[in-house]
Amino acid sequence: MKTINKTSKRNFVTIGGLILVYLVVAALKEGGITSNLINGQLVPICAYMIMAISLNLVVGILGELSLGHAGFMSVGAFGGVLAGTLVRQVTDSNLICLLAAVISGGVLAALAGLLIGIPVLRLNGDYLAIVTLAFGQIIKSIVNILYIGLDSEGLHVSVINKMNLAEGGKMIISGAMGCSGIRKLSTFTFGFVLLLLCLIVTFNLIQSRTGRAIMALRDNRIAAESVGINVTKYKLLVFSVSAAMAGMAGTLFAHNFSTVSPAKFDFNTSILILVFVVLGGLGSMRGSLIAAALLTLLPELLREFSDYRMLVYAIVLILVMLGTNSPKVRDFIGKLFGRIKSIFLRKRTAKEGNANG
Amino acid sequence: MKKMKKVVCFGLISAMMLSAFAGCGKKDSTSQEAIKIGGTGPLTGGAAIYGNAAKRGAEIAVEEINALGDIQFELRYEDDINDPEKAVNAYNVLKDWGVQISLGSVTTQPCVATSTETFADRIFALTPSASATDITADKDNMFQMCFSDPNQGSASAQYISDKKLGTKIAIIYQNDSVYSTGIYDTFMNKAKELGINVVSTTTFTDDSKTDFSVQLNDAKNAGADLVFLPMYYEAAALILAQAKSMGYAPKFFGVDGMDGILTLEGFDTSLAEGVMLLTPFSADASDEKTVNFVKKYNEKFGETPNQFAADAYDCVYAIYQACKDGKVTASMSAEDICGIMIEQFTSMKFDGLTGDGMTWGTNGEVTKSPKGMVIENGVYVGLD
Repeated sequence: MKTINKTSKRNFVTIGGLILVYLVVAALKEGGITSNLINGQLVPICAYMIMAISLNLVVGILGELSLGHAGFMSVGAFGGVLAGTLVRQVTDSNLICLLAAVISGGVLAALAGLLIGIPVLRLNGDYLAIVTLAFGQIIKSIVNILYIGLDSEGLHVSVINKMNLAEGGKMIISGAMGCSGIRKLSTFTFGFVLLLLCLIVTFNLIQSRTGRAIMALRDNRIAAESVGINVTKYKLLVFSVSAAMAGMAGTLFAHNFSTVSPAKFDFNTSILILVFVVLGGLGSMRGSLIAAALLTLLPELLREFSDYRMLVYAIVLILVMLGTNSPKVRDFIGKLFGRIKSIFLRKRTAKEGNANG
Repeated sequence: MKKMKKVVCFGLISAMMLSAFAGCGKKDSTSQEAIKIGGTGPLTGGAAIYGNAAKRGAEIAVEEINALGDIQFELRYEDDINDPEKAVNAYNVLKDWGVQISLGSVTTQPCVATSTETFADRIFALTPSASATDITADKDNMFQMCFSDPNQGSASAQYISDKKLGTKIAIIYQNDSVYSTGIYDTFMNKAKELGINVVSTTTFTDDSKTDFSVQLNDAKNAGADLVFLPMYYEAAALILAQAKSMGYAPKFFGVDGMDGILTLEGFDTSLAEGVMLLTPFSADASDEKTVNFVKKYNEKFGETPNQFAADAYDCVYAIYQACKDGKVTASMSAEDICGIMIEQFTSMKFDGLTGDGMTWGTNGEVTKSPKGMVIENGVYVGLD
């Protein structure tokens, strides 16, 4: 009981830090100290953080490259909005609507994850990456032609064009236009709770017997197979868990804006999330979280540079990449943290010393 | 010597005082008495041409109004890269700045997102060019300067049917663009009603707008004598060029997104000969207002303004008129201004570059008559 292993300790620090950040930001927001810009970005940051964890599970833990993660987000976003609108017919509670939307978004995305998992499990490495890339495109194209409307006669679905709805009917998903008129249900607190939940699930998954099997697959597939680890089962598991998280993030994201279009979840978004993961460190959830938050805020903080904003953003990305990979800089950061740690440790030992004395 | 010092001292002090007062005066006229107007639009990225045009049109209008010395405006545009997420961020930046009247967003999807925000914050918004009906639906403080998409689609169908421009119609539209599909949907509804014979309907997407031979061949094989092109002008320019190279010469009919085709760099204007379009604005019109605006725009930015610039220019002038009639001052809160503006906009008549006698309904949609134009010898000529 007394000996908590190093990874658990690290995980507790991550979760504790996250809660601390949440409390501080929530207090600042209540106090009206943070700007509208920051307040408006809190929910998207939560969504992107969940996306980063979700992708890190596939890329960092399973060791397979996924280039279509925005596709799962898309499934979650549109599925979630659809479910939310349907649940709205029976209840007026915002929380129930949002919960129902997030759960169905997650379930639908998990199904999509299974769906893509079954045919492509024979593949790995670059081949799998290309298939996930194609998957993202397929999802985008399907939503582009998907029309779903709701009226007094029930749900109407078409893949050709808008249908004529009865009086008082409303289009929920209208092809390339996506959804508009979504109620803004997502709140920072809800996003944070969802994020925390995803993080705890991920940590527990990695620390479990299953997680060790998954990492064994990553490190040496042939060796893992030879000791009887079922490759198909674990790959499928990771893909669907990861997809479910991405789907929930998508629902959260969609419910923060009054409109969402399929073009939002394109290849660029998939790459953006991959950038979070790579920049934060493969397999490091804490790094992913920090990278997701910083890289979402960065373009907005760079508005001063107006037209050169994205150029500066790219340069910052390159510098950070070079910096975190250079042994000298790493050494420096390590020393810095070591010093801070030693200060704390000294205090603690001093205290303990006093207590003993 | 001592006296000299005193004089210098006095001189310096008075200069300081003067500059301090001058500073005050300046501050009063630009930031304290100026009403803050803000908008978001794609200033970078693929749709930058629309956002920049709107921004520049609005800038010219603000300059002219400020020179009148009556009501002062301060304009700020923030980049939204044509993405609803970024548009909300850009809007929040404007809110932090203290925006009092919003110009919404230039493009449709971002405007749907920002209109929800302006509605919740009770800030009056008038978008120059975002045309979907979702933008104004259920929002009392959201107004449009351009036609809504349904109006354009049905107006085009009506026009084609009234003038008997064609017997067999082909349509090529972009099915992942809100603008294009919006017009297509209403065009088809109206066409059915009027009994227009649509023989070919083909689509393209943002990823495939470089080759139109399949779509044009389909139209040609179906024997279409008029091709309806509800799209922006870059794609339309390619269609015209490809149709010519394959020896297919039907009539082409466009909508307001087609405006700008004559000024497209490297475009052979002879290709657009005989192309018809419905547009509220043409840079070649000879009325004084348009001539003036086009001249100023050309001097300042070295290009001919398109309808986005004209719409934004009109937006600022419409806001100016409403502010003047409603006696809006810079010290009022955004919410108070919002109430006055709604009252003014639903009751006033406005004459601008893009139409005379414009009125707004309580749903925020503008009523103005589209002008039918045909391109002859490289310039627009009125069809009527």
